[in-house]
Amino acid sequence: MAKMVRRRFFSLGGKLLAGGIVAGTIGKYFPDTVAHAAPTVRTGKTEGKWGFVVDTYKCIGCGRCVKACKAESQVPVDQEVYRTWVERYTVDYDKNVKIESPRGGINGFPEVENRERITKSFFVPKLCNQCENAPCTKVCPVGATYTTPDGVVLVDRERCVGCSYCIQACPYGARFKHPVFKVADKCTWCYHRISKGMTTACVQACPVGARVFGEIGVPDSPVDKILSEERVNILKPEAGTMPLVDYLGLDKVVV
Amino acid sequence: MNGYIYPNEANVVWTVMIVIYPYITGLVAGAFIISALYHVFNQKVFKPVSKLALVSALSLLLVAPIPLLLHLSQPLRAFNIMLTPNPSSAMAGFGYIYSFYLMIVLLEIWFIYRKNIVTMAEKSAGLSKIGYGLLSLGAKDLSPGTLAMDNRIINTLAVIGIPAAFGLHGYVGFIFGGIKANPWWSSPLMPVIFIASAVVSGTALLILVYGIGSRLRKREPDHQCMTALNKYLWIFLIVAVSLEALEIVNAGYQAKSYWPAVYGLLTQQIPLSFFGIQLLLGGLVPLILLPAARLKSFAREWQQRLTMIAAGLIVVGVFAMRWNVVIGGQLLSKTGMGYSGYVVPLLGREGLLMAVVVLILPIILFSVLSQIFPPWPKDEAAISEQIEVSKSRPELRSGTVG
Repeated sequence: MAKMVRRRFFSLGGKLLAGGIVAGTIGKYFPDTVAHAAPTVRTGKTEGKWGFVVDTYKCIGCGRCVKACKAESQVPVDQEVYRTWVERYTVDYDKNVKIESPRGGINGFPEVENRERITKSFFVPKLCNQCENAPCTKVCPVGATYTTPDGVVLVDRERCVGCSYCIQACPYGARFKHPVFKVADKCTWCYHRISKGMTTACVQACPVGARVFGEIGVPDSPVDKILSEERVNILKPEAGTMPLVDYLGLDKVVV
Repeated sequence: MNGYIYPNEANVVWTVMIVIYPYITGLVAGAFIISALYHVFNQKVFKPVSKLALVSALSLLLVAPIPLLLHLSQPLRAFNIMLTPNPSSAMAGFGYIYSFYLMIVLLEIWFIYRKNIVTMAEKSAGLSKIGYGLLSLGAKDLSPGTLAMDNRIINTLAVIGIPAAFGLHGYVGFIFGGIKANPWWSSPLMPVIFIASAVVSGTALLILVYGIGSRLRKREPDHQCMTALNKYLWIFLIVAVSLEALEIVNAGYQAKSYWPAVYGLLTQQIPLSFFGIQLLLGGLVPLILLPAARLKSFAREWQQRLTMIAAGLIVVGVFAMRWNVVIGGQLLSKTGMGYSGYVVPLLGREGLLMAVVVLILPIILFSVLSQIFPPWPKDEAAISEQIEVSKSRPELRSGTVG
């Protein structure tokens, strides 16, 4: 998005200046070249990378994040496709683990069965991990999915051929085939919002602050504060994907 | 669905079409094996099937991209895979590797049939004269020197065909083997298994095409050729079955964190197609049937029948193997805690009906192509006899190609 703004900005300037028209045209085809030469217009843009922290101690499983996400990002509400979802884990006396996510947790969760036998129970919200070593972008045959300089993995709907290889490659089940657009789809950390200085729809909808979004490496950023001071973990570290989503209170039973 | 699967895993994204694609591609391998054995390793016993192998390979290879196009949800962008390939993608090589393979088959067919094409262009009339004239590409010189040169080129192509075949089938295996997110796929053995099963299914199909084709034409298949095919198929099958078994034994013995999920997949989700069809009917039974079919106590006809039954079982078994890899791998949830479900719908682009059509297409193509490129040894003899009768040109007889 920011790149688009920059490009447009540059095009305008180019038209005013003699010879700038040529550069503006080049800019259309080689946005990167021009983006570096253009004056930096950053609106809510991080110099480094964005980060996301999920606090599993706080999540109450209300499903508002799932609802907000579907509404924000044109994901059909009535279909089994999710950019974000919430899982409920219940562990009983016999160490049996039960995991559920009815309709992604969009309408919350039913009452726990055999309540007296449950020893611990918690919710784990899931979303795209925006992996630094993303397997999905690696396997895309046409380069339709890519990582932005600020660390977010996006899908170009105009380029995706719909082969679904990226869906297979994601260890977290974060990708799906969009039922309407017929291309791969995934959480973008609301890239259209964060690049305009807003926060993500799920963070905004969360009533308990279980989701924290912000910059990494900036001292006053809430994400950075947690990452510096708390003990955090990532999902499936053995996959070597280097996720940018960190979890507080991640139990070993979490898949 | 049972256990816990990620909500996005409710729909299996690689459908029966992705089962058919590596299946059809694998069947092509038979042509390269026979071509290599005949032209490169000088196994003259395969002469009766050398042309048949190539024509059936072409019929299959031309159909191979169709299931992929049916699967892509943006098929009009299919050529982007060659126009803007992502060098880090295991899938991006498809267009190039497939085209290379197709070129080799086309070139090999053209050089092998050049003599036929030119003589047909000269002797026939009307549309077929024009057609064969175009097919000859104007190269109408049939002097002994040129034909010898053709032969050298054919041998070279057969040599190139071997690494090309290993490249294509190994590559298809790597598309699955390179996916670390899926424990049932992620294995360095996967490309090797795909190469082995491609060779097995290709050779088995050739036995079926030759055996059934001969019977339909009311001729007896060359017995020595059938026996040789039987022996090679047996050796290839030993390699393939051992590798497939080794994969499971190794995973079970190491018993890494994902093993219980894979074990559950094999024993509860796909036991029939894995143990029953892939390993037993498509593996162990033909392993016994093939050498049994070579026993002297059987009549020649029964030896061939048993060989064909074994080949039929293998062709079905390899389809089950593709199914178990492609569908099985997706039934296994990335949570390691559950399995999703898949039922082939009857209708639609990726439905059962379309799958049947795609599997029948190569047969239709074969019957069309074999009109243009006569693959049967007898037909060829008949044609050259006619020519010899009509025009007595000594250089036509001196050709060594074929």
